[in-house]
Amino acid sequence: MASLARLGPRLAQRRLAPFASRRLQTAADSTQLHQDTPSDGAEPFTVRLHEDSFRGYLTDAPSLDAEVTKDGLFKMYREMTTMRRMEQAADALYKAKLIRGFCHLAIGQEALAVGLESEITKEDLVITAYRCHPFAVLRGGTITGVLGELLGRQVGMSNGKGGSMHIFTERFFGGNGIVGAQVPVGAGISFAQKYLERPSATFAMYGDGASNQGQIFEAYNMAKLWNLPCVFVCENNKYGMGTSAERSSSNTEYYTRGDKIPGIQANGMDIIATAKAVKYARDWVLAGKGPLLLEFVTYRYGGHSMSDPGTTYRTREEVQRMRSTQDPIRGLQRYIEEWGVATADELKKIDKEAKAVVDAAVEEAKASPEPLLKDLWSDVYYPGTEPEYLRGREREEVHYY
Amino acid sequence: MLSRAALSRVAPALSHVRAAPSLAARRPAFRSYASEAGHSMTVRDALNAAMDEEMMRDDTVFILGEEVARYNGAYKVTKGLLDKYGEKRVVDTPITEMGFAGVAVGAALAGLRPICEFMTFNFAMQAIDHIVNSAGKTYYMSGGNVPCPVVFRGPNGAAAGVGAQHSQDYAAWYGQIPGLKVVSPWSAEDCKGLLKAAIRDPNPVVFLENEMLYGVSFPMSEAAMSDNFILPIGKAKVEREGSDVTVVAHSKMVTHSLEAADLLAKDGIKVEVINLRSIRPLDIETIKASVKKTNRLVTVEGGFPAFGVGSEICAQIVESEAFDYLDAPVERVTGADVPTPYAANLEALAFPDTALIAKVIKRSLYRTN
Repeated sequence: MASLARLGPRLAQRRLAPFASRRLQTAADSTQLHQDTPSDGAEPFTVRLHEDSFRGYLTDAPSLDAEVTKDGLFKMYREMTTMRRMEQAADALYKAKLIRGFCHLAIGQEALAVGLESEITKEDLVITAYRCHPFAVLRGGTITGVLGELLGRQVGMSNGKGGSMHIFTERFFGGNGIVGAQVPVGAGISFAQKYLERPSATFAMYGDGASNQGQIFEAYNMAKLWNLPCVFVCENNKYGMGTSAERSSSNTEYYTRGDKIPGIQANGMDIIATAKAVKYARDWVLAGKGPLLLEFVTYRYGGHSMSDPGTTYRTREEVQRMRSTQDPIRGLQRYIEEWGVATADELKKIDKEAKAVVDAAVEEAKASPEPLLKDLWSDVYYPGTEPEYLRGREREEVHYY
Repeated sequence: MLSRAALSRVAPALSHVRAAPSLAARRPAFRSYASEAGHSMTVRDALNAAMDEEMMRDDTVFILGEEVARYNGAYKVTKGLLDKYGEKRVVDTPITEMGFAGVAVGAALAGLRPICEFMTFNFAMQAIDHIVNSAGKTYYMSGGNVPCPVVFRGPNGAAAGVGAQHSQDYAAWYGQIPGLKVVSPWSAEDCKGLLKAAIRDPNPVVFLENEMLYGVSFPMSEAAMSDNFILPIGKAKVEREGSDVTVVAHSKMVTHSLEAADLLAKDGIKVEVINLRSIRPLDIETIKASVKKTNRLVTVEGGFPAFGVGSEICAQIVESEAFDYLDAPVERVTGADVPTPYAANLEALAFPDTALIAKVIKRSLYRTN
C-alpha cells in the first residue's frame, strides 16, 4: 500500500511527461532532407519537418512531410531578404527623421508574410493590423510604394495619405490601426467571398496582444456560425507592445481560443513549416469546413514601434538568443546551402541584389514629391458623390468639388 | 493601377447609378409632393419598399442585423424580405454589434453593398469604431483605393418611455465625421428616396430613422411610388413656405415644427419650415436663402443641446453673409441637457413639443402673446 502510494505520483508524472515535452519548437532550421534533390528547380521534393512543428486543436496537426522546390526556396529567400532590407531601410529613414509618427517593423517575422504569400493565390484576400509593410509589397504593391508611403510622398501606395499603418492593394485590405478591429472586417471580407461564391480564402491577421479584444471572439462566433472561409491568423510574437503573452492572456495557447473552431499552432520561424501550415489552412476553408485558427509562434527583433527600444520588458540576451539561433532567414539559408539549392556565393549575390533593390527604392521614394495640396480634399468621398464643398480651418478656407 | 482595380469593385453598382435618369430630370416630379393620385404610405413601408427595390435591382445588396430575418425585424421594417430573398441575403446576426458592424464593413470593402441594421442606434455605440474608423476613413487612408459602400440604419433618437439608455439622438455624433454621409429623414417620401440613394451611394451612409414615425402615414407622389425614385443626399426640403421666420428641423421634429407653424398661422405668422433630410452634407445654402428672406432662424432637434445640429447651423450662419440678414438672435430648441428620464411628466420636459416650438418662434419674433 505504502509503496503503491509512493508510486502514484511518479506514475502520474510519467503519464504527463509526454505532453509536457510536446511543446512547439521554433527552430528555423530543423527540417530534414531524406532524399536527393532533383536537378530541375521546379520539380517538387519532400522534406521532413521537425516533429514539434505543429500542434492541433480539435483537429490533427498537418503532416510533417512538406513538398518544396528549389525555385520556391530560392524565391522565398529572395523575398525574405528583401523584406528585411526594406524594414531596415525604414528603420534608418525613421532615425533620420524622414518618417513621421508611428512605424512598426516586422524584422524577425519575415517567414509569415513570405510563407503566407507562397501558398495563397491572387483571389485570396488578406487583412492585418499595423505591422503591414511586407504584406503590402507581396500582395501586389511595391517597395517604392511602401517606403514612399512611409515618407508621405506621392509615390506612396496611399498617395502619402495613409502612412505606415494604412497601405492597401486590391487583394490586401490594410494596414489597420485599431488593434483587433481588422478581425471582424476580415470575417466580413470572407463573408463576401462566400456570398459571391468565389472559391477563395480570407486570412484575417492579428497579434497576441489583439487576441484579447472582445470583437475577435465576436468574429470567431459569426465565422463558425456561418461557416465562413476565414483563417484567423494569430501572429504570436510573444509581446503585445511591452506586455508578454503570459501577462495578457489567461490562455496563451492562442490556437485553442476559438471554442468550437479547430486550430493549428505552427512554428513561425521555419518558413517551410509556415508555408505548410498556410497550405493546410487554405485547403481547410476551401473544403468548406468553415473557419480555422492558425497561430504562428514568432518573434519580433525590434521594439513594438520605433519609439520602443524593446528592452525594458525582455532581456537583451533573449533577443540576442532568438536572433542567433532561430532567425528565419538564416534557417532558410542553411537549407538552401545544405540541400544544394544554391551556393553561399549565390545567396550573397541575392543579398546584394536585395540591398540594391531597396536602396534604389529609397532613392525613388525620396525623389518623389510630397502630395499635391489639392489632395488634402480628394478621397474623402467617392469622386462624383462629394458634397459641394468641404470646409478648411477657417471660413474662407473652403474646397469646392 | 491600384485605383482602377478598386474601381472595378464598385463599377457594377456605379454603372447602375449612372444609368438611372438624372436627378435634375426628375426633380419637377417630386416637387409636386401633394397626393393628387391618392397614394399614401407609412414610413415603415417606405423603408421596406426602398430595400426591397434595391435588393431586386442589385444582387450585391443584402441586409444583416439582429432579428431582421425570421422575426421580420424588431420594428418590422424588414418584414417579408426573408421570404422574398432568402437567408443568404437577409441575415440574422447574433447580438454582437461590434462584430457584425465590422463584418458589414468587410463585406463592403470586398465588393458587396451591405445594409447593416441596428435594432436602435443606441446599440451602435458598441460599434461606433467600425462606423467611424473602419467605414468612414478607409477610402481616404487608402488614397482612394478601397471604397466602402455600406449603409448603417435603424431607429435613432428618443422613443416613448424607454429611459436614458435607449433615447439618444446621434445625428451630431456622426455628423462630425468626414467620410460619412448622415441622413435623418422625416416623411415616407424622404425615407424611400433617401434610403435608395444611401444604398446606391459608394460612400458609407448613416441612416437615422425614428421609431415613433414608423407607423405614420404620409402622402406619396406618383414619382415617389416609382422604383427609381431617388432623393439627393445633402439637400434639404422646404416643407412649408413662409416669410416671417425660418424653422429648421429634422426627423420627428419636422412634425412638431409644422404643427407649430399651423398654430401660429392663426395669428397671421408665416413660418417657413425646412426639413433638413441630410445632416452631412448639411444643406446650409437652403437655410441661408430662407434666412435672407425671413431674417429670423429657429433650429429644432431632439438631440442634446451641447455641440448639436442646432449649434452647427448657428455657427455656419454666423460665419456666413446670412448673419447680416438676421434681425434677431438664432434660437435653438433642443432636447434638455439631462439623461432621458422615464416618468412621463419628466420625459415630456426633456424633448421639444409643438407648444414649446411655437413659444420659441414667437420669441424670435419678439412676440410673447
